[in-house]
Amino acid sequence: MHIIVCIKQVPDTTEIRIDPVKGTLVREGIPSIMNPDDKGGLELALRFKELYGAQVTVISMGPPQADMILREAFAMGVDRAILLSDRKFAGADTLATSYALAGAIRTLDFDLVIAGRQAIDGDTAQVGPELAEHLDLPQVSYVVGAERLADGRLRVKKENEDSVQTLEVEGKCVLTVLASAFEPRYMQVSGIVDAYSREVEVWSADRLDVDETKLGLSGSPTKVFQSFPKALKAPGKLCEACAEEAVEIMVNTLKEKHLI
Amino acid sequence: MDTKDYKNVFVFAEQREGAVQSVAFELLGKARDLADTLGEKVVAVLLGHGVKAQAQALIASGADEVIVADAPELKDYLTEPYSQALYQIIAQYKPNIVLYGATTIGRDLAPRLAARLRTGLTADCTRLEVVADEKSKGEPQFRMTRPAFGGNLMATIICPDNRPQMSTVRPGVMRKRPADAGRKGVVTAFSPVFDANRFKVRLVETLRKEKSGSDISEAKVLVSGGRGVHDKEGFQTLRRLADVLGGEVASSRAMVDAGVMPHERQVGQTGKTVRPALYVACGISGAIQHLAGMEESGFIIAINKDKFAPIFSVADLGIVGDVHQIVPLLTERLKKEI
Repeated sequence: MHIIVCIKQVPDTTEIRIDPVKGTLVREGIPSIMNPDDKGGLELALRFKELYGAQVTVISMGPPQADMILREAFAMGVDRAILLSDRKFAGADTLATSYALAGAIRTLDFDLVIAGRQAIDGDTAQVGPELAEHLDLPQVSYVVGAERLADGRLRVKKENEDSVQTLEVEGKCVLTVLASAFEPRYMQVSGIVDAYSREVEVWSADRLDVDETKLGLSGSPTKVFQSFPKALKAPGKLCEACAEEAVEIMVNTLKEKHLI
Repeated sequence: MDTKDYKNVFVFAEQREGAVQSVAFELLGKARDLADTLGEKVVAVLLGHGVKAQAQALIASGADEVIVADAPELKDYLTEPYSQALYQIIAQYKPNIVLYGATTIGRDLAPRLAARLRTGLTADCTRLEVVADEKSKGEPQFRMTRPAFGGNLMATIICPDNRPQMSTVRPGVMRKRPADAGRKGVVTAFSPVFDANRFKVRLVETLRKEKSGSDISEAKVLVSGGRGVHDKEGFQTLRRLADVLGGEVASSRAMVDAGVMPHERQVGQTGKTVRPALYVACGISGAIQHLAGMEESGFIIAINKDKFAPIFSVADLGIVGDVHQIVPLLTERLKKEI
């Protein structure tokens, strides 16, 4: 069994702050991490490796610095790491990104593709299903559990807003998983040392099974028209009175606003 | 592709167990505005089995036409049968815009179709508008605005050369129109041709989650607690305040992660988007991801010990103080008022 896991390096958005004066993003000093849902996907793949003796390959698309998360994946226990890195991929939206990933995965022999549900810098949750369509494979998204049945089919648990569903999948497929369901393991100490001597394969566009006009910015149907910091609301009233006084102020305000 | 061949604003009318979801009605409200600006029609697409009777409700909420695909294959949502049916409808009717709810169904189906149609998709939009200005050379342009970087930045996205232009919108973000039972519209039946060889996923069972009370996204008043509430006992105090105000109790992510509150009560980027008339934030510092889920509330009161807590930047009334002291006092005082 050969499992491919798609991972992405993202800025830790929980650490991003807005410059209160300029109203712009403060990007300096923001750590780059392996996207949490992807790390959950990697954990699921490594559990399959232990249970069923699978080979695990991680693929990431990004700049050369993304090498970091691939080495982290080595230290967690993966067998092979591929970084898709080429200026031709730059400016890709989710369609062009998933197309490039599919173009790489198609050149490999595999049984299962796992991706995170969504990345914390974009939160789109689109790359997984789009990748599945490009590969012409079935998909299950929002996965919180998976096991392989004796006949080779997968039994998967999917979490919806109002329900948990059990689904069975025949043949190869793409799963997108939730970080909360797969607490990732720590890197092994021996693995960390080892990770720096392992080879991260760097693939450029010509290595992929793709039509190059569908890559990057020119292959992206969506364009960013503009981006702007969130409009700051006019500040409300801040009151530092004693508790009794504060309660009076709240009650009076609620009355004024006809909220009680 | 000649973009001029593509007309009308379509809404995917998501149903679960035969009931059209409220996000579909919210989308119809927005679709109506967009279609009126464009001089086009609003068309709801209803996929399911035995769901035809729901079409009138969609018309009453703003649809000019409802395309109903009624087939046993579409009874429960599964990616492939739904993708085949909707793909055929889009290929035949050539919509200009297609809107989906950003639910676990909409966020599974819309990207699958975007790749099949080779078109653009913008997720979790908070603003959708059609604008004709110098930047669009006077032509009406569909602009989709969404939060990025965990809600730290807003991005407006366009899809200039591909059709349909597609977006998902989270439940609770758009407003439904008051239903007009007398509104007239057309109901069109559509029979998809299924390729069952491609159905590789089988639904074994669906286990409903038990609901612990009503839906926070429907509540008029929310009393919401964060780290400063400490524990379940603290939430009991908030419960009493919510009861007096006729509202519900909600939570920040921190208290859900700590196992104090269930996920369905979570407000924010990874929880629910809410816009009650009154939101009382108790002991919530106000991470940007939390603010993204509640800042559209009608009136926001924040109670927090830390006068520099970011929650105060969105509060209409901020109280610097201890929730454990203030909330019980407020509850007692309100009992006398109400």
